[in-house]
Order: sequence, then structure tokens, then C-alpha cells
Amino acid sequence: MLNLNHLKFAKTHEWISPDGKVGISEHAQKEITDVVFVEFPSIGKSLAKEEEAGSIESVKAAFPIYAPCSGKVITVNENVAKDPSLVNQSPYENGWFFQLEIKDANELQNLMTYDQYQEFLKTEVPSH
Amino acid sequence: MKFTANTEQEKKEMLSSIGVAGVEELFKNIPSNALFSPKKEGILKKGISEMEVLAHLKNLSSKNLTVADHTGFLGAGSYFHFISAVVPALISRGEFLTAYTPYQPEASQGTLQATFEFQTMIADLYGMNIANASLYDGASALAEAALLALRETGRKKILVSRTTHPEYRLTLQTYCNDFEIVEIPYSKDGTVALEKLNENLNEDVACVIIQNPNFFGLIEDGQTIGELAQKKNALFIVSANPISLGILEPPGEYGADIAIGEGQPLGISLNYGGPYLGLFSCKEKHLRKVPGRIVGITKDLEDKRGFVLTLQTREQHIRREKATSNICTNEALMALAATIHLSLLGPKGLKELAALNLKKAHLLSEEIKKIPDFKLSFSSPFFNEFVIQSKHKPEIIQEHCLKNKIVSGLNLSKFYPELENAMLWCVTEMNSKDQILQLVSLLKGL
Amino acid sequence: MNPQEPLIFELSVRDRRALEFPACDAQSPEVEQLIPEKFLRKKLPQLPEVSEFDVVRHFTRLSQLNFSADTNFYPLGSCTMKYNPKINEKTSSLAGFTDAHPYQDESHLQGSMELLWNLEKMLCELTGMDAFSLHPAAGAQGELTGLLVAKKYFKTLGENRTKVLVPDSAHGTNPASANIAGYSIKSVPSNKRGRIDIDALKNVLDETTALVMVTCPNTLGLFEDQILEISKLAHEAGALLYMDGANFNALVGLAEPAKLGFDILHLNLHKTFSVPHGGGGPGAGPVGVIQKLSKFLPTPRILKEKDKFKIMLESESTIGQVRAFFGNTGALVRAYTYILSLGHDGLKDVSENAILNANYLLSQLKDLFPPFVPETCMHESVLSGSRYAKDGIKTLDIVKRLLDYGFYAPTIYFPLIVPEAMMIEPTETESKKSMDDFVSALKTIAQEMKDNPQTLKEAPFTTPVRRLDEVLAARNPILKWKQ
Repeated sequence: MLNLNHLKFAKTHEWISPDGKVGISEHAQKEITDVVFVEFPSIGKSLAKEEEAGSIESVKAAFPIYAPCSGKVITVNENVAKDPSLVNQSPYENGWFFQLEIKDANELQNLMTYDQYQEFLKTEVPSH
Repeated sequence: MKFTANTEQEKKEMLSSIGVAGVEELFKNIPSNALFSPKKEGILKKGISEMEVLAHLKNLSSKNLTVADHTGFLGAGSYFHFISAVVPALISRGEFLTAYTPYQPEASQGTLQATFEFQTMIADLYGMNIANASLYDGASALAEAALLALRETGRKKILVSRTTHPEYRLTLQTYCNDFEIVEIPYSKDGTVALEKLNENLNEDVACVIIQNPNFFGLIEDGQTIGELAQKKNALFIVSANPISLGILEPPGEYGADIAIGEGQPLGISLNYGGPYLGLFSCKEKHLRKVPGRIVGITKDLEDKRGFVLTLQTREQHIRREKATSNICTNEALMALAATIHLSLLGPKGLKELAALNLKKAHLLSEEIKKIPDFKLSFSSPFFNEFVIQSKHKPEIIQEHCLKNKIVSGLNLSKFYPELENAMLWCVTEMNSKDQILQLVSLLKGL
Repeated sequence: MNPQEPLIFELSVRDRRALEFPACDAQSPEVEQLIPEKFLRKKLPQLPEVSEFDVVRHFTRLSQLNFSADTNFYPLGSCTMKYNPKINEKTSSLAGFTDAHPYQDESHLQGSMELLWNLEKMLCELTGMDAFSLHPAAGAQGELTGLLVAKKYFKTLGENRTKVLVPDSAHGTNPASANIAGYSIKSVPSNKRGRIDIDALKNVLDETTALVMVTCPNTLGLFEDQILEISKLAHEAGALLYMDGANFNALVGLAEPAKLGFDILHLNLHKTFSVPHGGGGPGAGPVGVIQKLSKFLPTPRILKEKDKFKIMLESESTIGQVRAFFGNTGALVRAYTYILSLGHDGLKDVSENAILNANYLLSQLKDLFPPFVPETCMHESVLSGSRYAKDGIKTLDIVKRLLDYGFYAPTIYFPLIVPEAMMIEPTETESKKSMDDFVSALKTIAQEMKDNPQTLKEAPFTTPVRRLDEVLAARNPILKWKQ
């Protein structure tokens, strides 16, 4: 079992690590089903918290990815570009999307811990 | 005539299953004052028999005079070419004709595989990596190409050559009415004025659009135009007649990012303007922004090859207002006609056909040039169309030709008023040497 | 890989030929002397080298891999897969129509112009609209045309209206067309009865609203029974009311949209008016408008002066052109033939039987698949397979199994607001017998769900290919053949 206590979660199902890597949760990848394509933000782009950063696609649907906090995109995960199934196989490790240079670490305080996120999921009605 | 099947007895049974006394109960929530009632003096009459319908339509069609029962020298975006009997025989098969968009691929492999073959042929013909499953026509394909460029670059300005088909430019204006469109004039030789293009090119320009061969039939210097566009990172969009590509360098080879075309010359009748076939091809890097349907290869449960609609997240039924286009229904059957036509032609047949068009057009131009008071307007090399100016009003020429069962070239006065007494003449493989010489002698006699 | 019909390229044999042309009878220089070398194609395109018989057999075989309305019950909701009368094919292929060039003089083309003019008038009469444009090539282009007409109208009035309201049950083309036309889009939720939530509509309707787009009947197959109220609200706010006429098969010869308050509408001639769908097109999507909007319609337009028909190329107020030439006239000849054949009495028979058939199917299926809204429907019904989803059987599995029984699948997973949606449109031309067969196939499938659910998961078994891997196709797009 992975230790996910270092990750912070948004209500829109993204996680962010202390070094600014952003991905989506296990729950979200299951809901999306087979990921076939991820659209990344361009490197160097400055994103505001909750701004649409890109999208993640299955065969029959597309979902926005929102920036969990403000920051500049410093790198994107080329491995996911080559093999989007990594998002399904390994959402918390190999399946991250991009890395942000976090602008204000205080913004992370408003996000949920892994345990809080699990509680949050129980309250959420499945959307698709 | 009626094509419904239910008998009165069946209707009764069905109504009783539904649990209503009459069919009216099923639509009683339509406000009664909105119900339709036939007008006494209206154009809608009661239904008639198949015999009567056919007689009525035959009467209407006989009121048209066609380029088939006359000799036609009219092109300008719509071309009279030979169509093999094979094309209508195959595309009228009910299995193709009465299927719809292949949403269930396992039950639609015929349409899907034919579309995949179409995409391959069109991409290769235009020298591009990918082609889609078709758009409505050449004009709307051009507009969609510009929309892609605006999205891809985030810029707001479009440059389009004045030698692009006038109706395509009008369509572009309609589709892109919130953006600035600048028309690039032509120089004395009838092709894009490169210095004017250069003056207008800057970092606000999303795309440079040309037609090649252009509306006057002339061959543009695509290479140079493409390089100019690329310098400012504007996309280079080329509209090209697919038949011309049997001998002319394909747009992909001279730097086009997007190549579009009107597919009508590929086995589709003139049909008074439609249905035609929008061809759309581009470089692979624009794949995710492409409008319309795309078919791809996959495998089934037993590892058999099969075909499916793919990359559908670009499309309106999934992305809604964020879709790359609003297109849903396209021109699938026309794409099938083009695929069959290109299969019949093969690489050598296409080259022969293009060469025939080129040579016959040059025969006519050479002969017309010899007539006093007639001149070729432009000196640039051309494909199967060219502009002729003379001292005679085009209306006079038209009338004179018509008396002799010839449909003359297009009067350019409404599209290019700056060209006095100019007409655009087109010659295809359908025009015999005798017809060409007959036309020449008629013009001599004016 | 074991392909069942090779690609045409795989049939290619070097130097094999089909179509040939007569030798050039004109004395002419060679290609290389007429065109500078730098403009010439260096490498021939990769077209197949095949015989005519190869072509005929290949495409005939491909055709046999399709389900079609001519061969199978095709209850694809929202698409109106009715019988396409063969007389339409005959009339539209009359040489007088097929060999007419769009730039011939109008005096040559009186037959086509008369037909188009008549068709405009017929569509006006059927819808109550004052003018029609026959240009749009399909429904979505009709929407764009209508939206641009509204935009120009408000611009002329000097009103800045930038927003279009679209119900959440609408076709994706509605918001997509509004976006291209330059509007912002606001989605309006549906209520529990599957109709537009009037309170929600009131909340978003304001002085920036240009249009309210309503599909009528809506995509749930229900008549928007508060349409007069919606019309009143929209017009009081100064907005126009747009009707997506994709489902006009339920109203043709029965009700006039203009009398419901609609200002603009498009019709899908390939749905209601029996133009064959052709595997995805061509269609035609004419746009009708009320009088005050008619001057904004696209050009060119056909006018009648005494007994002669004329072409008006431009007008001051027009939105311009949405395509080259005069529209998909081949499709328009078919629609005209159809309207003439049926007449107003036959068209009323169409809508009545379409509604009757849809309700009959609904009555036979509702215990198995409950409708999203439990009431009678118009020309189609939207059922939900969600009760089976908890056992792991998706609607997708159910319809794949239907293919094994020889039925094309209903539209599935649309409208988006219905879980496990199955949208069934039998059309008026289907017989009770074929609907009964369809019902019994679905009942058999329901039994299979209990006895052998794996059969559904793996279906279809009898189609030319088994279930196809769409994930593979999207992850690794192969979009053209390479040797």
C-alpha cells in the first residue's frame, strides 16, 4: 500500500505533491475508465488556482484538469504522453501529468488530505 | 403515395396495447391552435402516385439545359468530368445508401473501411499525414481550415489570396465574421502578389490561404508563399483541385500545414452545385484540432482487424461547445464515390486524366490566342482553366455560343469587375478536339 | 491479424488498370513543356492498381458488411431511419438535374430553380415560416446559419446580445454551432418531467440573451408542453426562439412550429423527408424564418418574377454565404419528390404512424426498460438500462447483443442526462411485425442477462467482426494505410 499522506487533494479529484507534481486520484481514473489521451498545459505557462490546465480523455468523454494551486508549469510527463494507460495503472506514481512551481504553499492548506478526500468521496454522488 | 405499413386492424391492436382510444390522445398536449391544416390555395396538395410524380419531375428536369446535351466550357469550382458506370452502380447499393454514421462499428465495417481507404487516398494525394472522413464542400472546408488555424495559433487575422474562389472567400467571411480577413491582391501575372503578402504578414496572422491552381487556373508559387507564412509562424492553407494533383506537386510537399479541396471532380455529378465533397487533410501535429469524423484501425476480441470512428472527443456529441467543429452529418456517400473513382483511376489513370485536361486546355488557349482581339489575360502556367479577354462583351459571346449549343466560360464581371470583358474557360477530357475547334471558329466569327 | 476483406491497396497489382481514357486527340506539347519542372509532382500518389472487376467486387463485399435501413430494422433514435423511397433515387438522377452546372445562365436552369422555389414554399407551408434558405448542407450548418441570422438581426437593432440558452438535453451540435457563431452558451437544466425547467430558464434569460434553442419534440421524445410559456418568456426578454427540427418527423403535417412561437428553425431533410443517410451524409438542413428575419438569409436566393425564376446573388442585409453554390440540390430533389408523393395527407399519416409506432414499442418495452419519464412519447422514447448496470450489464452490452439478432442498435448514452440511455425511434415505415420481433429479441436478451451474462459482455458473435477495441484505436491512432 502506497503512503499517500504527503499528497493534497482537490474536490475536482486532482492531487498535488509537495514538489508540485499533479495527477488524478485512483477514484477519478476508475470513473474515467481507460485513459486514451492527456492534453498538457504548455511548459512555462502560469496557472491560477482552479484554472483549467488541460484535459484527460477516454474514448467517449473528456474531462478538464484543474490546477490545484497557482504556479508555473515546469515540466510535463512525457511517459504519459506516450502511454496514457499509465494514468490507469499508476495514478499516484507514474501517471502524474505535470509539475508546478508552487507559487504560494499556503494555497495547499485549503486542499484535502488523503483521509479527508476519502470522506469527501462518500458524500459525492457519482457524476458519470 | 404512402409508405407506412400499419393496417387499420394493426393500429387498433397497437392502440389497445398502449391503452389509448385513438392516436390523437398521444399528441393532445400540442396546443390546438398550432395544429396544421392544409391551405386551400396552398402549394401542398394531396399525395399522388409514383407515375405522376415521375412525370412531374421529368417535366421539371427537361426544363434544364445541361452541359451534357450541349458542349460545356464551364468550370470555376465545379467540373464536368467522366464518371464510370461503376460509381453510381456501387454507391446506390442500399447497404451503403441507407446506413447512417457508423456508431456501431461491428455492424458498419463497410462504411468504415471505405472511409479509411478514402482517408488514405486523400492524405496521399495532397501529400499530408492525415485526412478526415469529409466535410460539406470545398468552401466550408476552407472555412474550417481557417477556424483550426485561429484556434491553433490564438491569433485573430486571416490572409486570403484574391485568386481564391470568390464563393469560398464569401463562405470564409461568414464563418469567421468575428475575425479580420485581409485579401491579398494578384500581380500582373495573375498569381499572388508576393510583396503585398509580405507587407501584410506579421505576428497577428493566423494563416495564409491560397488556392492552387488558383481561380484563374494559374499555378501559384506555393513554395515561396509557404516559406513567407512559416517565417511568421502563420499556418499555410492550400485549396487544390484533386485532379490537378495527378501532375502537380501536392501541397504537403511545398509546405502546406492544411490542404483542402472540393472533391466533386472525383466521380461526383455537377448536380447544380451539390451535394459535393469537402476534402480536409493536414499535418499530423494538428490531429487533435481536426474537424469532423476520423476512422482508425483497431482489433476485435479475436484479434481480427477492424475499423472504428476514433478521436471522437474532438467532436460535438462529446465536447459540445468546446468541439473542434459543429459538423455531424458529413458527405459520406460522396466520399465513397470519390474512393471508387480514385480506385478505378489508379495512379497512372489519374496522371493521364490530369495530362489530358492540361493538354486540351492548352490546345484551346493556343487557338484562341491566334484570334485577333482575343488575348490570354495572364502569362503564368495554368492547369485546365484560363482567363481570356476580348473586345466582345461576355454576354454577347455567351449568347452566340448558346445558339450553337455551346455553354461558354464564366463571365468574370461579377467576381472580378477590374478585368474587362474577361471570361474563365475550362477544358476537361470531356471536350473533344472537334468541339474545341468548333468553339474557336465560332469565336472567330464574332 | 486476419482481415476478412483486404484493403483496396492490398489488392493492388502493379500495372493493373481499370478506367482508361481515349488518347489525346489534340496535338499538344508534353506536360513537362507546359508546366515548369518545379511545379510537377515527383512521386505518383499511392492509389491502388486494380481492375474494374476488383473494384466492383471489393466495394460490393464492403457493402455487405453494413447493416442498413434497407436490410435491417434500424431504430437509431434521433436519426429517423425511415424507408427511403426508390423513386427519389430515380428522380434525383435525371440527367436534367445531375448535369446542370451551377454557373450556367439562369435561363438554362428554370427546371431546377422552379423545383427549389416550390420546395421553399412547401417547407414554409409545413412549418408556418415565411421564408426558407435551402443552402445548409446538414442540420448543424442549418443551426449555424440560423444563429448567424439572429446575430445579424440584433446587430441591425443595435442590441448587444451575446448569449444562447441551450437545454442540457440538446444535441451537441447546438452548443457547438453557437460557439462557432461567436456566442457564449448557457446550459438550461431539464426538470423531472424531462422538459425545460422554467424557473431555471427565467434565471438565465436576460437582456443579453439572443436565442433560446429548443428541440421540439425534445431529445427525450417528449413534446415541450410549456412551449407557449417559454416562447412568451423568450420574446418578453427580447430574445428569439430557435427550433432544432431534427425531430420534425413527429410534427410534419400535424403542427406548425411558427404557431408555437418559433422564429427560426432548421429541418433535417435526411431525417423527416427521406433523403437517404448515405452512411453519414449527404443531408440537407434548410433554415426557415419569420418575415422580419428573411432579409438576413444566405445568398444567393431564388426569386420568381411572373413565370420566370431569377437568382438574386447578393443582398444588403444577408449574412453571406455558408457554402459555395446553391445547396445540396441532389438531396433537395429527393425531398421534393417525397413531399410531392405523400402530399399533406400522406405527411400527416407519417407523423401519426411515427408516434403510434414509438408508443407501441414503448408499451411493449417499458416493463423491461423503464422510460426516463413515465408517460407516452412522440416519435421516439428514451429508456434506461440502469437497473441492469448494477449487475455489470451495460446498455452497450445489450445493444451489441441486439446486433446478433439482426437489429441495428438504438442510439445509446444520449441524451446525456439519462443514465444508461437507450433512445428508440422505429419511424412510421416499420411494421408491427418487425417491432414485435425487436421486442422479442430484447426479451430474449433480458433472459440471457440472467442465464448467461457473459454472452452479452462478449457480444456480438455473428457480425463480420467481434467487439472492437476502441481504446486501442484512440491510444494508437492509425488513420491511413501504409505499405
